[in-house]
Amino acid sequence: MTVFRVGVHITPRRGLLDPQGKAVEGALHSLGFPGVSDVHVGRYVVIETRAADAGAAADSVRGMCERLLANPVTEDFEIETAAPT
Amino acid sequence: MANVNPRPGDPAITPVLVAEHGLTPGEYEKLVAMLGRMPTFTELGIVSALWSEHCSYKHSRNLLKTLPTTAPWVLQGPGENAGVISIGDGLAVAFKIESHNHPSAVDPYQGAATGVGGILRDVFTMGARPVAMLNSLRFGSLESARGRYLFGGVVKGIGDYGNCVGIPTVGGEIVFDDAYEGNPLVNAMCVGLMHKEDLIRAKAEGVGNPIIAVGARTGRDGIHGASFASEDLSEASDAKRPRVQVGDPFTEKLLLEASLELIRSGHIVAIQDMGAAGLTSSSAEMAERGDVGVTIDVACVPVREKGMTPYEILLSESQERMLVVAHRGRESEVRAILAKWDLAAAVIGEVIAEPVYRVTEGATVVAEFPGSRLVTDCPRYSPESREDPEVAALRAADVSGIAPLPDEIDPAWTLLTLLSSPTIASKAWAYRQYDSTVRTNTVVGPGGDAAVLRIRGTNKAIALKTDCNGRYTYLDPRVGGRIAVAEAARNVACTGARPLAITNCLNFGNPRRPEVFHQLKEAIAGIGEACIALSTPVTGGNVSLYNESPRGAVYPTPVIGMVGLIDSLEHITRSTFGTAGDSIVLIGDTGDELGGSEYLALVHGVVAGAPPACDLKRERAAIDALLDAIASGHVASAHDCSDGGLAVALAECCIGDQSNPTGLDVHLGDLGDVSPRGALFGESQGRFVVSSPAPASVMRVAERYGVPARVIGSVRPAEDGFHIKAGESELDSDVASLAAAYHAAIPALMSSERLWSNAARQPALVNA
Amino acid sequence: MKFGIVTFPGSNCDYDAYRAVVDSLGEAAVYLWHKNHDLQGSDVVILPGGFSYGDYLRAGAIARFSPVMHEVAEHARRGGPVLGICNGFQIACEAGLLPGALLRNESLRFVSAPIAVRVENANTLFTSGYADGQRIVLPIAHGDGRFTADDATLDEIEGSGRIVFRYVDDAGEATAAGNPNGSSRNIAGIINDGGNVIGMMPHPERALDRLLGSDDGLALFESMLARVAA
Repeated sequence: MTVFRVGVHITPRRGLLDPQGKAVEGALHSLGFPGVSDVHVGRYVVIETRAADAGAAADSVRGMCERLLANPVTEDFEIETAAPT
Repeated sequence: MANVNPRPGDPAITPVLVAEHGLTPGEYEKLVAMLGRMPTFTELGIVSALWSEHCSYKHSRNLLKTLPTTAPWVLQGPGENAGVISIGDGLAVAFKIESHNHPSAVDPYQGAATGVGGILRDVFTMGARPVAMLNSLRFGSLESARGRYLFGGVVKGIGDYGNCVGIPTVGGEIVFDDAYEGNPLVNAMCVGLMHKEDLIRAKAEGVGNPIIAVGARTGRDGIHGASFASEDLSEASDAKRPRVQVGDPFTEKLLLEASLELIRSGHIVAIQDMGAAGLTSSSAEMAERGDVGVTIDVACVPVREKGMTPYEILLSESQERMLVVAHRGRESEVRAILAKWDLAAAVIGEVIAEPVYRVTEGATVVAEFPGSRLVTDCPRYSPESREDPEVAALRAADVSGIAPLPDEIDPAWTLLTLLSSPTIASKAWAYRQYDSTVRTNTVVGPGGDAAVLRIRGTNKAIALKTDCNGRYTYLDPRVGGRIAVAEAARNVACTGARPLAITNCLNFGNPRRPEVFHQLKEAIAGIGEACIALSTPVTGGNVSLYNESPRGAVYPTPVIGMVGLIDSLEHITRSTFGTAGDSIVLIGDTGDELGGSEYLALVHGVVAGAPPACDLKRERAAIDALLDAIASGHVASAHDCSDGGLAVALAECCIGDQSNPTGLDVHLGDLGDVSPRGALFGESQGRFVVSSPAPASVMRVAERYGVPARVIGSVRPAEDGFHIKAGESELDSDVASLAAAYHAAIPALMSSERLWSNAARQPALVNA
Repeated sequence: MKFGIVTFPGSNCDYDAYRAVVDSLGEAAVYLWHKNHDLQGSDVVILPGGFSYGDYLRAGAIARFSPVMHEVAEHARRGGPVLGICNGFQIACEAGLLPGALLRNESLRFVSAPIAVRVENANTLFTSGYADGQRIVLPIAHGDGRFTADDATLDEIEGSGRIVFRYVDDAGEATAAGNPNGSSRNIAGIINDGGNVIGMMPHPERALDRLLGSDDGLALFESMLARVAA
């Protein structure tokens, strides 16, 4: 077993109202970044987990996302490649 | 005494290091004399924290001693975590106010949140369940991005913390003035309820009793926050950001429940928050109160990070930690209660017979002080005091000759200007972010003259308020101190409550400047006079000095937190008019007192003149008369007349309750020597606006107390409009315009952004 | 009748719910500690408001894994009444007892105020004491109250009369002006298809006494009492 570090991006599901993203977008416009559009704010979770290999680590984290880390009604998640620590 | 040697890696004790720890050469000599040797780095850190202004009150203690602190209903006066008063039926109220000004200037969200957390712990460590929070806040202008950032962040921090713990935030005050631009004031007051027999004091007792650290682990956050709070704010303060602690209200909620359970279990002797200066001050103060020795092993303290030194562990201000002295042999019972709430506990020391304060790291002694001298030897200062001649000249200025602006030809313009100024306007934008109804006791929430909470199981209620007018205190500190107490008492009385006691939070500048020390001395004298006259002793509080920025000191701001008692739920009185047709009675005399007024500051940009006179005998008589009239059932509503004068008070009575706006028709009659604008916008003290279906009865009661009172008009339906005739001057407005000005002002100012750029966080923007 | 009030470590309206049942209803109530697998014979389970586990991840996300929630789900499956208020609504959604999710208020600010809601379905276990279309005033106090679900789910719950309460304006209409948090279709409360699990953001347990501003919540508790006791 090796310890892997796995990052997960959790973002509001596309199409859902994202008031935080809208607020950031508005603030960036007012700070002089007129080209900005479609901003979304999510969470980035870093997990260290023991697993046989990188694939198993990612599978395990997928289970964590499905059960706890992301709300399937409102959130999407994307798992980064697991790297041994 | 044990042998104490420097720890490997400790920096050498040099004059520079001593100065960096905020000790004067004289204080350092005192320390060396106390120890009979050079201090170690750890010892220097301990003393630096305990002798900081924040922990030691070294510049204010001699003055505070002059305040009245006793009454038959005071169960615990100053010197404990919170004051406690009896309210009958075997019940008591614990309450205290505290500042978190400097942390809030650096990070408004966390600064305000941890301020709420700290004052909550001060109250529940007395054995009381917190039932209400109030906040007294002062900011610079909302026209600046930084002002909005600080206001928005502080409000969110207060809300997020109190809402999560589940303590209703029910009131307070918010003032906006350029005097606070560089140094906002964030004072939080907590009020708790307890059975008298659950009162516990933070006094270490019983040789051999274990000392237990409870709650969150100790990290490197907030090291030297206490000495940070004792410095002027400078641009360098922003580089000190790590000194600000992060709050965890969820852990606080667990600590609250566990602490109350521990206190009721009888397994513990004493409990204290590890607040400013953390483990150091909590352990030293508990030992000093009990007149016992203690020994603490820092190696046993649960830490969040590896490699923490004794210095760091002792001075960390990690939040949500408590220090408990348990009865010997009850450790496992204590642990079981904490485990129920998922809290860790570690025995880190014990009460000893030897009169020393000793810190070890395993077997090695790293700090040791003789007896309680660590606390008692702290220097006390009574520095030079001298009024700033410029302020004396401002006060002496005759402001009655200031020419009205052309717009003032219509006094409705002036009234609308006042109602839409953020200091007077509705603060609903802020308090809608506070859960004010959790625990289902809130009868009158934020927005009333004072908050009112019913006391379950009785027919009683308590009324709570914070007050201060910094501009008055600047112009005349003694009168300002008196008025702060009197206004708080009037606000409490308007709800039908007899004022009982106060806690105070004294926000001043650098006391080593003679003009600041003069303000402190005079304001405390004024507070003392008013407390005696109104029978409201001081039960504790907090002193926050060094509230200065490159722009100078804040207005001297002695905030008063007042608690009053309503004997019968039937007497609870609201501030807004209820019924068209009721007569409007003005209790108290109106002089031509525009000095220090909101009107002069806002409309003319003038801060000058003598603040209104505060005759304490008349204040007392007016309060007694009002309470008598309320108790005899003649009063439909009562409202204190303060910022903005009579016209603003009358408007607030009409538009304060958005669901039931009313109009009015008022004739002030012969004004005598008083100018129309003085009658409308002057801030004469000792006045109440009362509505009543039986005005003759109200006036009879007032007469009995020798208090002037007269019918000035009547409440009308909102569609009849708002009319005041003051001498030759007529003020006419529709009610909706007044309401719009009052309710929309702050939301309009705060709508421009929902997020703040990093630029807004920089104090450099202060001058923008 | 016995009400079981679930106490998570960060619950802070459990006491209010307890007082509501005992003082205002005169019925029995017990606190159900989240670590226990025992409903102590409760007829009705209340998931009260608060911040169950600090709610740092998502409101209610961790609470649903509490031991007691297993029993609450069983109780609901058997048709036992469950009342989720505020954080309890969030937990019920996270636990799959109710459809949808509750997200951060559209304003990004916590909102605490008395608010008007309209009874959309007075033919439920929890609302039979109201009239259809009745406008009542209840306090809200939440940061994450924006009810969200996909359109198909919204259509389904709306079509089957499972929207129980909607936020309304002064005129009693479900407009944006009356919507305090940006909830889809102004939804303030919904019920499951079995009709025994209700979730609502407003606090009926804080509206039982005119002294505190409103007693419009009383009918909700009395409805339960009438139907469950019958």
